[in-house]
Amino acid sequence: MSPITLILIALGLGLLGWLAGRAKAWSFQSSDPALRPASRPIYHAWYVAMWVVLPVLAFVAAWSIIAPNLVMQSVLATPEAQGLTGLGFERDAFLGEARAVALEQSPGVFNDEAEPLVAPFREAFGYYNTIGIIVTVLIAIVGGALAFLRLAPQFGARTRVERTVLMILLLASLVAILTTLGIFVSLVFETVRFFSFVSPIDFLFGLKWGPDTLAAPDAVDPSRYGAVPLFWGTIFIGAIIAMVVAIPLGLMSAIYLTQYADPRVRTWIKPLLELLAGVPTVVYGYFAALTLAPMIRNAAVALGATNASTESALAAGIVMGVMIIPFVSSMADDSMAAVPGAMRDGSLAMGATKSETIQRVLFPAALPGIVAGVMLAVSRAIGETMIVVMAASQSANLTANPLEPISTVTMQIVNLLTGEQSTDHPATLSAYALGFVLFMVTLALNFIALRVVKRFREAYE
Amino acid sequence: MTVIHPNMADEGAKIRARDVCVFYGEKKAIDNVSLDISPDYVTAFIGPSGCGKSTFLRCFNRMNDTIGAAKVTGLIELDGEDIHGNGMDVVQLRARVGMVFQKPNPFPKSIYENIAYGPKIHGLAEKKADLDVIVERSLTRAGLWDEVKDRLDDSGTALSGGQQQRLCIARAIAVDPEVILMDEPASALDPIATAKIEELIDELSGRYAIVIVTHSMQQAARVSQRTAFFHLGKMVEYGPTSEIFTNPIEERTKDYITGRYG
Repeated sequence: MSPITLILIALGLGLLGWLAGRAKAWSFQSSDPALRPASRPIYHAWYVAMWVVLPVLAFVAAWSIIAPNLVMQSVLATPEAQGLTGLGFERDAFLGEARAVALEQSPGVFNDEAEPLVAPFREAFGYYNTIGIIVTVLIAIVGGALAFLRLAPQFGARTRVERTVLMILLLASLVAILTTLGIFVSLVFETVRFFSFVSPIDFLFGLKWGPDTLAAPDAVDPSRYGAVPLFWGTIFIGAIIAMVVAIPLGLMSAIYLTQYADPRVRTWIKPLLELLAGVPTVVYGYFAALTLAPMIRNAAVALGATNASTESALAAGIVMGVMIIPFVSSMADDSMAAVPGAMRDGSLAMGATKSETIQRVLFPAALPGIVAGVMLAVSRAIGETMIVVMAASQSANLTANPLEPISTVTMQIVNLLTGEQSTDHPATLSAYALGFVLFMVTLALNFIALRVVKRFREAYE
Repeated sequence: MTVIHPNMADEGAKIRARDVCVFYGEKKAIDNVSLDISPDYVTAFIGPSGCGKSTFLRCFNRMNDTIGAAKVTGLIELDGEDIHGNGMDVVQLRARVGMVFQKPNPFPKSIYENIAYGPKIHGLAEKKADLDVIVERSLTRAGLWDEVKDRLDDSGTALSGGQQQRLCIARAIAVDPEVILMDEPASALDPIATAKIEELIDELSGRYAIVIVTHSMQQAARVSQRTAFFHLGKMVEYGPTSEIFTNPIEERTKDYITGRYG
């Protein structure tokens, strides 16, 4: 019996409660036409329905976590399970098989040892499903009845429904926040485990990156976990090369769009520019790896460079820069549009030309917003994964030559987590430590950027 | 039909407007207005909201150019030179015809930089010392020097509303214009700040030709020597301020002056 069935039962009962509540509210009105009820019948209906459905949903959520454990416990308590031998993972495999057969997810058992367990599983599932349904119906009926009995002509069902709506909205927004917290906590745990193998000092300041995935976990060489080349690669591609491309192009397009473009042109170009943000990053990756990287290499070779690589930092950085143009330009656009028109008129009336006005008045006034936009763009760029996976290199070089291969934090995370090592190996755990550092940096950038934007908004209000 | 009082005929004209019409798209905001602005007096444009007086004022420094839908026809001359002509650079025109807006709009820069803005873009000062002189002179003329001389590096937006407006006047003076247009310069200010602005206008008149748009008839009576009354996009009557207020010729002017509408 899946939670879906229980929810469907609850919704069915909820509908009944809804109809009953409305009928009762109608009866108030028809019994005394002069009466002015506190709430319209529809609110009485929703009030009853809520008391039927919401407690059941809470129960189903809890039950879907508890029930499988109860089933497993009762199966393990049977004599058939007592006779089960073998190693831990073997036992788990047998139990899993028997469970799948009992749920009719697979036609029969593969191991004979699992066969006797099927019947106890069936029995336990049947038993707990019945309990689940009974409890569901009970909760629904009790909740609905209590709510139904409270209905009265002057009962404030309307405000109570309003309050419940508020609670539901609050819960919805909490989901995102709690998820972020969860991500943070899980990263912290794995990072701490990694730091029990490699000291944070070696990790944060070491100059050589080359995790030895084959070494025994207790004989790790900390000097191979120096992440500085990766941090440098990330900054070089995401914060330097990409920004050299994105900041001038983004700003100039924003200036054109806000100050010069005819409104008709603007309505066409702006969405087109924002379309850039919607292109899947893997497509950018193809472009970087297959088109731009060979072009850059050929050009470099033609100019006499000997060490030009097809996995150059330049290709990845340029394409990443193009990708984040819309971030820069739309923030710059917004903040220039937020500068009061009176400021622009004041400058024009002084006899300044349009470009003088932009340079000397609009741009300085919009600067905080533009800076914030650039910071958001940087945090987006350094977290970007697909383009670097496709276009950057595996080898973590510490170099400032944009034609040489270079690797980034995100790319190493992908490599380490898609490898074959066990999840406990320091090489795998180092991916979490890298992720943690990246997370903290982007979080800080976002936080600062939002603060700057807020300050700036207040300045003109 | 426009009534122009006869005893102004022999005055010289700083600005000469002939048959000026302004269209916003299909709508005619100014209908065939002709008048001369005297170089020696303060000229006030009065009239009810939406009568087109601000629109007409903005013709004189071609600020209507910045509004895409606005179209100006007719002839406007500054010292006999057509301001829409080929020889006229709008940037130069605006350096000669300064403007002060309804709401104080200092740039988000220091007080010093606010004043230095115009001289810098027009290349009026070679050295920092020259610029210092211009800044001090402009602020002094605007009656603001004593209040801000110790904090020239503070932001212009940190001043009070009245000080901001005098800063904007000082900014306009700094490029040494011939005409100053003022678009309801005191309407966002309290009575004391308003009195200071009016005093300032008095002091500046004679040195610059001043045209002021105002909502307040008392203000027009106090600061101006010439008054033009606008109604529904037309100029109804134009004459010496004292005559317009005491002895208007047109019935509509009389009704407005006596507060029958507006």
